[in-house]
Amino acid sequence: MSRRKIRNYIRLTTSYITLVILAIGAIYPALWIVFGSLRPGTSLYSKSLLPERLTLEHYYGLFNSRTILYGQWYMNTFKVAIFSMLLGVTLTLLTSYAVSRFRFKGRQNALSVILVLGMFPGFMSMIAIFLLLKEMQLLDTHLALILVYAAGAPLGLTLIAKGFFDTIPRSLDEAARIDGASNFRIFISIILPLSKPILTYLALLQFVGPWVDFIFARLILRSKDKWTVAVGMWDMVQANQNSNFTMFAAGAVLIAVPITILFMFMQRLLVDGLTSGASKG
Amino acid sequence: MSRHQTRATILSSLLMGLGQIYNRQFVKGALLVLFEAVSVTYFILNLRYALWGIVTLGENPRTAANMQPGEYDHSIFILIQSLITLLYLVVFLIIYYINIRDARKIGRERDQGNKVNNFKQSVRYILDYKFAQAFLSIPAIGILFFTVMPIIFMVMIAFTNYSSPNHVPPGKLVDWVGFDTFKNLLALKSWSHTFYGVLTWTIIWAVLSTVTTYFGGLLVALLINQKGIRFKGFWRTILIIPYAIPQLISLLVMRNMFNGEFGPINQYLGYFGLGGLPWLTDPFWAKVTVIIVNMWVGIPVSMLLIMGVLTTIPRDMYEAAEVDGASGYQKFRIITLPMILFTTAPTLIAQFAGNINNFNMIFLLTGGDPVKGDYQYAGATDLLVTWLYKLTLNQNRYNMASAVGIIIFLIIASFSIYNYRRTKSFKEEDMIQ
Repeated sequence: MSRRKIRNYIRLTTSYITLVILAIGAIYPALWIVFGSLRPGTSLYSKSLLPERLTLEHYYGLFNSRTILYGQWYMNTFKVAIFSMLLGVTLTLLTSYAVSRFRFKGRQNALSVILVLGMFPGFMSMIAIFLLLKEMQLLDTHLALILVYAAGAPLGLTLIAKGFFDTIPRSLDEAARIDGASNFRIFISIILPLSKPILTYLALLQFVGPWVDFIFARLILRSKDKWTVAVGMWDMVQANQNSNFTMFAAGAVLIAVPITILFMFMQRLLVDGLTSGASKG
Repeated sequence: MSRHQTRATILSSLLMGLGQIYNRQFVKGALLVLFEAVSVTYFILNLRYALWGIVTLGENPRTAANMQPGEYDHSIFILIQSLITLLYLVVFLIIYYINIRDARKIGRERDQGNKVNNFKQSVRYILDYKFAQAFLSIPAIGILFFTVMPIIFMVMIAFTNYSSPNHVPPGKLVDWVGFDTFKNLLALKSWSHTFYGVLTWTIIWAVLSTVTTYFGGLLVALLINQKGIRFKGFWRTILIIPYAIPQLISLLVMRNMFNGEFGPINQYLGYFGLGGLPWLTDPFWAKVTVIIVNMWVGIPVSMLLIMGVLTTIPRDMYEAAEVDGASGYQKFRIITLPMILFTTAPTLIAQFAGNINNFNMIFLLTGGDPVKGDYQYAGATDLLVTWLYKLTLNQNRYNMASAVGIIIFLIIASFSIYNYRRTKSFKEEDMIQ
């Protein structure tokens, strides 16, 4: 009996040691960037993780620099994110509601087309979109980014939203239909209120997209004052590699912290939403 | 008997909306006539040019004599304009067909002595019975122009010689070359060496990255789920953090951390008296680094997934196994592992397909480097997808890039469609009523 106890004790101790090592590995880069942003000087490396003196100068620097228009970029990204979110989520809801609730000819094919198109390497079509936007005189505008992000949303997100709508019992809409509700009415007053979790999920994904996309934004936005944060950060690493690491770190913290918090919040919502049945609530 | 039906059909075939007007649906008819008028004007002005453009891709290159835009032919603009006109033609023909069918149907209703809907009733009918189609048409237009059109365009590019240095407009024209681009990619030594090299690494990468994150996640999930481990929620939260940080940030940071000269990792190794490793500069170590960093990003996802599956395995299966005297390892091998593999198989295939296309990981971390001398514009860690990016944006080898894109697409699409067709949501979607 005691041998078993000892073995159990050893098992738990090694498990805890492994977990501690993994946890350090998981959060070390995050801590390093946070402390890096608070460290005086510009250097990438310091012997200790904790700086000897804390400073906010890099955060001030971001907003008072002539070459780094961080505040401007932040506002640009915010604008693009809000509008692409509103438009993209609306489009996604329309498509997913239609394919989840209605049976019409070619529906299975429509679903397969959505799936297949969604897998095409995005920037293969970039050149064509670039030329299209050039024809429409939309290059170097935020409207172009908003249109493209929003138009792409249904491809990536419809199947996810459809999966959610499928779990809302049909009996609810049928009851409403008997009471004489129109399709629009059913969508607005039954489906939407029950879809809060998936709505939040779609909205956040569509909001975060512009914050982290730099490939397309870099192609479309030519003038520096129109850039989004992602393009600016990418440029900081490319242009002056490592020469001003602490400023980069401060910029990274300002993007990463809100998104990370949103993301952790979103996961709880999603899990809650997907596990609780609609009939109950 | 079918007098109205025939007449309405013929009239609608002659001119869009005429049959509807004959059927006394004046508003609908007028809208259709207007639509046809606008469209036909557009086609008269553009269709000839579009057909000429798609066949020849322009005949008149820019020279010193005709420097103004409009005086010379720009093959790529011609191609895209022609494509838009032809796509519009397709949409127009579809609407024309629907128009004839509609006139015919309403004519039949009249023959049978039924009352015809007025405009308000028609709108009402669409909202009640054709709701899905009406709804879908709005996103469909967006998808048609920003996704389908570009894809057709790029597929066409793969069959041209649109590439630097000799075939880049406006200075030069572009021509159709058929399958030459594919032939060069697969058979011409200089290109095929790169292609097969990059393809091999892409597949090795996709297998290794999927397997390492999956089993890493499995180990961590089992570790946390053990009997007697306390603060399970705390460990889980800490270990999810890498997943929640935007990849744009975490990968650019990792790129700094693994920097051979200034990066803290090598500095710490030096601190302990160990020599630093050429993390990002040596072809072999760069591949190792990419896999390690991918584990850091990817293990949390698998961990979450597998923890979810673990809670669904019925306890009595373990109890039955214990009664039979199974050891911990036997329980894992006979119950836990098969259950997890069975449930997560579709996710596993999806992750594999996603990793083939994992642009961010490679581009942000190594940029495809270190450069390989005997490769055509590719580095040791370049995936097909990042190579495609370099071919497009840095080298202007558009035709080659398009061919590579088509091949990537074929690989991924076959995996994903196979996977999707097997999933429950496809087969049994009408089970939930």
